Amino acid sequence: MVTSGKGGVGKTTTSAAFAAGLALRGHKTVVIDFDVGLRNLDLVMGCERRVVFDFINVINGDANLNQALIRDKRIDNLYIFPTSQTRDKEALKREGVDRVMAELKKDFDYIICDSPAGIEHGALTALYHADAAVIVTNPEVSSVRDSDRIIGILASKSRRAEKREKPVEEHLLLTRYSPDRVQKGEMLSVEDVKEILSVPLLGIIPESETVLKASNTGMPVILDPASPAGRAYEDAVARFVGEQREMRFQLPERRGFLRGWFGRAAS
Amino acid sequence: MSLFDFFFPKRPATASIAKERLQIVLAHERAGRESPDFLPRLQRELLAVVTKYVAVHEDMIRVNLGKAGSASVLEINVEMPAAAGSKAKAKAVPA
Repeated sequence: MVTSGKGGVGKTTTSAAFAAGLALRGHKTVVIDFDVGLRNLDLVMGCERRVVFDFINVINGDANLNQALIRDKRIDNLYIFPTSQTRDKEALKREGVDRVMAELKKDFDYIICDSPAGIEHGALTALYHADAAVIVTNPEVSSVRDSDRIIGILASKSRRAEKREKPVEEHLLLTRYSPDRVQKGEMLSVEDVKEILSVPLLGIIPESETVLKASNTGMPVILDPASPAGRAYEDAVARFVGEQREMRFQLPERRGFLRGWFGRAAS
Repeated sequence: MSLFDFFFPKRPATASIAKERLQIVLAHERAGRESPDFLPRLQRELLAVVTKYVAVHEDMIRVNLGKAGSASVLEINVEMPAAAGSKAKAKAVPA
């Protein structure tokens, strides 16, 4: 489950990257959009024109799973499950979601749930079923505070909490990170955020123009090998499945003599 | 001091201010979050049991969840009406 509390921090970008990354590693993966009424995963995944049936159709029994799942054209093993554009936020009925999740579990190695922002019905439904949560956080006060709130809700409102099972596995993913600004003391550092939230760090995604370019074209950023953010996501996915990877993108890139000099003068 | 520094004076690092503010506000919010929502119900039920034996008023029972070191302490205060000053105090560590 990919969550954050706050909006606009990169949940959908992260969901798309993780789903693509896991599928590229050979795991059969589905990525579900839980943001009922504000469908966007389809655009980020580049399959917006192929949506016929959605999550709510399947919950209501108007379509079956195979009719609603969209197979990715670029990556084997990757499926997209779009949400509905209905304005009825309560359309994600608990029993219906339970049934769909149980059905998906039989077929898929990984089910990535892209949570909506906030702590309303959709977000609570997405986190209820989570076995693991990727908490997407920007190094910025409102995002860190909202992440802390979501961590509290995970510990009390998830299925695992309710059934007193092993707690949901938590992973911190710091996105939109600017090592330059951290060095200047303008941005919370990765150590600061780790200390405040005390959640193990899964990865650092540097602020990168390539993220916008990727979403412009409907391609998960992880598929762009030239993108620093894409490489950082690849590292994060590798760590998620248990590989050891060095934590890159913590320090500013080395710059040319002139840019370096001007950069220092301006700080 | 270069001419540049004169026109663009250094400001204090705002990241450390952000960290400090977050630590204070989150400490406060976490404390509120950790108090479980069963406390008011527990208070009502305790009142019902105690009133079977002693005539106590609603506000004479107070239930609090506090912290003592690493342990959580559930503190139940019952004020006895008849003999003023005799105060029963029970402490229990919840599971």
